[in-house]
Amino acid sequence: MTNTWQDIKNANVVVVMGGNAAEAHPCGFKWVIEAKIENGAKLIVVDPRFTRTASVADYYAPIRPGTDIAFLNGLIRYLLEKDAIQHEYVRAYTNAGLIVKDGFAFADGLFSGYNEETHSYDKSSWDYELDKDGFAKSDDTWQDPRCVINLLKQHVSRYTPEMVSRISGTPQDKFLHICDLIAGTAAPDKAMTSLFALGWTQHSVGSQNIRTMAMVQLLLGNIGVAGGGMNALRGHSNIQGLTDIGLLSNLMPGYLNLPTDKEPSFDDYMKTKLYKPLRPGQTSYWQNYRKFVVSLQKAIYGDAATKDNNWAYDWLPKLDVPLYDIIKAFEMMNNDQMTGYICQGFNPLQAFPDRGKIRRGLSKLKFLVTMDPLDTETSRFWQDFGPQNPAKSTEIQTEVFQLPTTCFAEENGSLVNSARWLQWHWKAADGPGEAQSDIWIMSGIFHRLREMYRKEGGAFPDPILNVTWKYTDPISPDPEELAKEMNGRALADLTDATTGAVTKAGTLLDGFAQLHDDGTTASGCWIFAGSFTEKGNQMARRDATDPREQGIAPNWAWAWPANRRILYNRASADPEGKPWNPAKPVISWNGTRWVGIDVPDYGPTVKPSDGVGPFIMNAEGMGRLFARDMMADGPFPEHYEPLESPVENVLHPKVSANPVARVFADDRSAFGSPKNFPYVATTYRLTEHFHYWTKHALINAILQPEEFVEIGEVLAKEKGIEQGGWVKVSSKRGEVVCKAYVTKRIKPLTVDGKPTHVIGVPIHWGFTGQARKGYGANTLTPSVGDANTQTPEFKAFLVNVEKTSAPVAA
Amino acid sequence: MAMTRREFIKFTGLGLAASSLGMLGFGASGEAQAAAVRPFKLTHATETRNTCTYCSVACGILIYSMGDRAKNARSNIIHIEGDPDHPVNRGTLCPKGSALLDIVHAPTRLKAPRYRPPGGTEFKEVSWDFALDRIATLMKEDRDKHFIAKNAAGTTVNRWTSTGMLAASASSNETAYLTWKVARSLGMVVFDNQARV
Repeated sequence: MTNTWQDIKNANVVVVMGGNAAEAHPCGFKWVIEAKIENGAKLIVVDPRFTRTASVADYYAPIRPGTDIAFLNGLIRYLLEKDAIQHEYVRAYTNAGLIVKDGFAFADGLFSGYNEETHSYDKSSWDYELDKDGFAKSDDTWQDPRCVINLLKQHVSRYTPEMVSRISGTPQDKFLHICDLIAGTAAPDKAMTSLFALGWTQHSVGSQNIRTMAMVQLLLGNIGVAGGGMNALRGHSNIQGLTDIGLLSNLMPGYLNLPTDKEPSFDDYMKTKLYKPLRPGQTSYWQNYRKFVVSLQKAIYGDAATKDNNWAYDWLPKLDVPLYDIIKAFEMMNNDQMTGYICQGFNPLQAFPDRGKIRRGLSKLKFLVTMDPLDTETSRFWQDFGPQNPAKSTEIQTEVFQLPTTCFAEENGSLVNSARWLQWHWKAADGPGEAQSDIWIMSGIFHRLREMYRKEGGAFPDPILNVTWKYTDPISPDPEELAKEMNGRALADLTDATTGAVTKAGTLLDGFAQLHDDGTTASGCWIFAGSFTEKGNQMARRDATDPREQGIAPNWAWAWPANRRILYNRASADPEGKPWNPAKPVISWNGTRWVGIDVPDYGPTVKPSDGVGPFIMNAEGMGRLFARDMMADGPFPEHYEPLESPVENVLHPKVSANPVARVFADDRSAFGSPKNFPYVATTYRLTEHFHYWTKHALINAILQPEEFVEIGEVLAKEKGIEQGGWVKVSSKRGEVVCKAYVTKRIKPLTVDGKPTHVIGVPIHWGFTGQARKGYGANTLTPSVGDANTQTPEFKAFLVNVEKTSAPVAA
Repeated sequence: MAMTRREFIKFTGLGLAASSLGMLGFGASGEAQAAAVRPFKLTHATETRNTCTYCSVACGILIYSMGDRAKNARSNIIHIEGDPDHPVNRGTLCPKGSALLDIVHAPTRLKAPRYRPPGGTEFKEVSWDFALDRIATLMKEDRDKHFIAKNAAGTTVNRWTSTGMLAASASSNETAYLTWKVARSLGMVVFDNQARV
């Protein structure tokens, strides 16, 4: 989230598209109701199903799964055509006026630079025209046909209301009504917030779904302001934290990139990360990249990371492919390229697409380790549970270790919520039996390995022998010590260049501004610098005071970065530093410095007249309507059909699906066609369940005890399916036999003139826990991900549905 | 009389003395009736602040356990409710969070390490030492066999691709950081989390 949960109450319009907050994030959704009641906000919901969020909406429109970009590009076209944009904001704070290189083009579904063999783009033409000083050329009058706003106009011109409706099935009048409501927030003192979750991410165009709305928000001047922003509601309690700390194949803590084979030396690595400003005088904060990397290496390798060994650069693994994501991991397992797999609090047999492929992959491993408080399906993949998990145990050679861990109530530590707050929590009791914390288990495995490498040697032991482990209790390091290590400390006496203040060696740092690239500071996660200082554990703060009751609560816990609660908040004020919305200012310029209820996302004394842009992480200082080379699938968003779609792409039938989607050959052969699988399916979550955990909890297992699918009345009638009757739902990858919930909540859509039915598939059942056994929605789902992140396409795929009889009781 | 919620609970629980009941506005008959009511069970419990383990709204919760954390006492969690002081959830919990007690005490909570040998038809309980020794041995065998120090072009790459790890999504930052240190010092690259699902 760019903003906070409570800040939603400041919105004038709330758009929930790509999520269902009322059911999936109920206690956060109360702030939407607060916005409606206290601020007269209008709630717009666009969703394939009439969800509980839709039930309290002021306006609801249905949409075919996987067509959000068509809808949103149509919205951008509407805003530009009606001139309903926040002109001064767009002109000063976005790259609308920057001029794009001549070589950049788009035709027949492809951007310039496409390579058909590699299914990827040479993105060199996706950039600005530079002047002799290396700055992007600009036309503030927007007359140049090559400036971003004009190229954008041209790009979205195809997305007429007729076309939007033809692709998405959303009736034209509903689409236009929503456009009109949203356009109202182009007024400088009006704000719209966008709330989204997996409904946008779990598509082969997931990243572009979100990007399109971010562009809408920039055009409307809704980023950085109270009641605005792009708000990813996020899933698990600490998935934000695990992402922040870089537990992803290509990341290091604080969104630093793991090196690649193309960067053999530290200098090569840094050459791609200079972030030279693209406009005069811009901050381009990533210019400090080197400080963050060196400080990280000092935290991880201590005295062994030196200037002479390039801060132990060679000890970092290098990547030969963009990602070793989970879809790739299971492809590797199926190709006999993997020996072992460790699942820490993760249940991939339930959570990842094409369950049959997941089961086959696990069966090919030499060993599998699960660490979990609960008895997961993954840890029992080798056991026969009937049709829900057919397995021949004696033929499966995988050694399996099921390790019991403590849960949230049984340990101290911090979690990062979707608003980037780090909140500390405390242990209430010991875990059951012999359960141990993940910290104890990881330490136990590590110590054994290190001891073996010390005694016997082996493949490249250096990083293992040198990783820092100076904890008071090395067997089970105290979370506070780990938190301090992430925060960082001075390794030598540091003197502040401007104030002359000295930070003594050994002192915990106050923030990332104190970091150096000469080995005199260590910080395990630079964006967390300031979370645990000499003043104590900032994450444990519990002062809920909220100036002007505006939803900031600056002294409750601690938010990264630098305890800032609203990102890009410089953009909440006009170029002169006056708040766009005087009733809800966030920060403003008082003549000498920036003041307000939040920590400025800007130099605290940088004068408005200096013309420094509010998007300080970007080299041009501006929000990007044109993404340069940042996205795999294009600098502008384009509608591509899901990999399994009932129709061809009417805009460019030859390039129907995302042309840069990575599809493995065996996965492609497992895609079905609309001839055999005529219905669109979409997976979702119920308010009574959380993923595959709560079926282990008695109350939740009673509330929603068994697997079902949701089918509209029209289709049910057509297929003779009764309320509560048994159905067989099949995709090319497998079938689920369960009960049908016949509903008014899903109605057929007219897509390209043809009726299209959508089937809802809740995800929660498996074969362990207290609920009844289920096949799991991932029995049906296709193994393909978003072209940028490889997030699986769980939200749009093809199935067939048939009436069947009740299974014979076992 | 101004009282915080917690003081109120403490106050009403402390033996329900007549004078205090008077302050709470009970009459004489009310006092008698209140005295007969079983003392509110949470007054004897230890209160611990925590965060709901499910979604990332991160509702504040209060966990109540029996046992005073004395060295020889084993705490038992008896009740979990929303934290009224928390600025986001303000004491509320959803259908998932309201049932947190049932996940803490789920009958399928694991209590001992278990092992299933190749071709085995069931799990058997093993010691932690057996499990961790064997896991470390298997990891080292594979790492020593498949570690890639240099790629085909001769560039130093120091990566290990044949053993992978999925990290948790409800574990703490501190667990995540320690896990990152271990995985990356081994050169592991098949490394992912639950951000996508």
